[in-house]
Amino acid sequence: MVEFALPKNSKLQKGKEFPIPKNAKNLKRIEVYRWDPDTEENPRIDVFHIDLNDCGPKVLDAVLKIKNEIDTTLAFRRSCREGVCGSCAMNVNGKNTLVCTKAISDYKGTIKIFPLPHMDVVKDLVADMTNFFAQYASIKPWIETQTPAPADSERLQSIDERKKLDGLYECVLCACCSTSCPSYWWNSDKYLGPAVLLQASRWLEDSRDENAGERLDELEDPYKLYRCHTIMSCTDTCPKGLNPAKAIADIKRLMAIRQEG
Amino acid sequence: MTKHKRPLSPHLMIYRLPLTGIVSITHRMTGVVLAMGLIIYVASFFIILQGNDAYLELQSFLDLTIIRIGIWFFVYALFFHLCHGIRHLVWDVGTGFEKDDMDRNAIIELAFSFVLTLIFY
Repeated sequence: MVEFALPKNSKLQKGKEFPIPKNAKNLKRIEVYRWDPDTEENPRIDVFHIDLNDCGPKVLDAVLKIKNEIDTTLAFRRSCREGVCGSCAMNVNGKNTLVCTKAISDYKGTIKIFPLPHMDVVKDLVADMTNFFAQYASIKPWIETQTPAPADSERLQSIDERKKLDGLYECVLCACCSTSCPSYWWNSDKYLGPAVLLQASRWLEDSRDENAGERLDELEDPYKLYRCHTIMSCTDTCPKGLNPAKAIADIKRLMAIRQEG
Repeated sequence: MTKHKRPLSPHLMIYRLPLTGIVSITHRMTGVVLAMGLIIYVASFFIILQGNDAYLELQSFLDLTIIRIGIWFFVYALFFHLCHGIRHLVWDVGTGFEKDDMDRNAIIELAFSFVLTLIFY
């Protein structure tokens, strides 16, 4: 449902401002969304100052520095630090991105870090991904076949067939795109969102999959697929440079072709 | 387990939508403006039907600067809605999704609807 304002328990408060480090030559002000599930307080914005001359180049380095040296209670997800695990997706200065691949130098002035937008917050920058991954599971992200496998080989794919998966298989399911989509904000209970639809397209395009008909049946629904209104925020924000909006359009086209018979 | 209900993270108030996103929401808003404007447009016919005095009164009302600005806004809304509608048709064909085209096409439709408004004038 469309709700522009945040619920009462989610309204932001002013938080703590941590002291400016001494002898720092290259200061950066970083504002971070905080929420502690163990208190009854509303979320707050804490202010940190770090010396960039003593910090790695990426936004994740700054966040790690804050946790290691200033406030150890800061909670966030990260793992691979090279943009392949999809854990460290956050909203930085109004756009969703993987903070491990985003350079601090891309931002002038204060850096403002929020959890992924319009998600339930578990703690600080950690969003509850339960619904997102349940939706992913619902599109059956695996090969489904009708025919028996060849006796003496794998199910082979030509180079051209494999090429169709380029731009789809690279997705790391970080949810940057889905949580950038206003349509997903208002209808995430029914609309699958760009990330999951890109995956749906990935399995529809796979030459080895033999269940396209059933997959399209599942998506033939006023909400699951057709809540995409080509706002294009997904494509704009994808940290892997993929194009979920185009993938969704490809599914819509498959639907139209099928209806024509 | 959480002791307290989880808060909802900030969304619209912190997100910087791309130009295409702003154009998209404007398309919806101009749709509402056009639908409401049409009612006023039809209502003006009924006013004219009241006779000569009503006609003159309506004419002087439409001459008010603020009303004139409103009418030009309405005309721009009409042409913008048209241009973005055409862009949706292009999208429906399956092209125009490339990242590099997005902002450029949004600027084209904004400019073109402005030009159409000027031509109309």
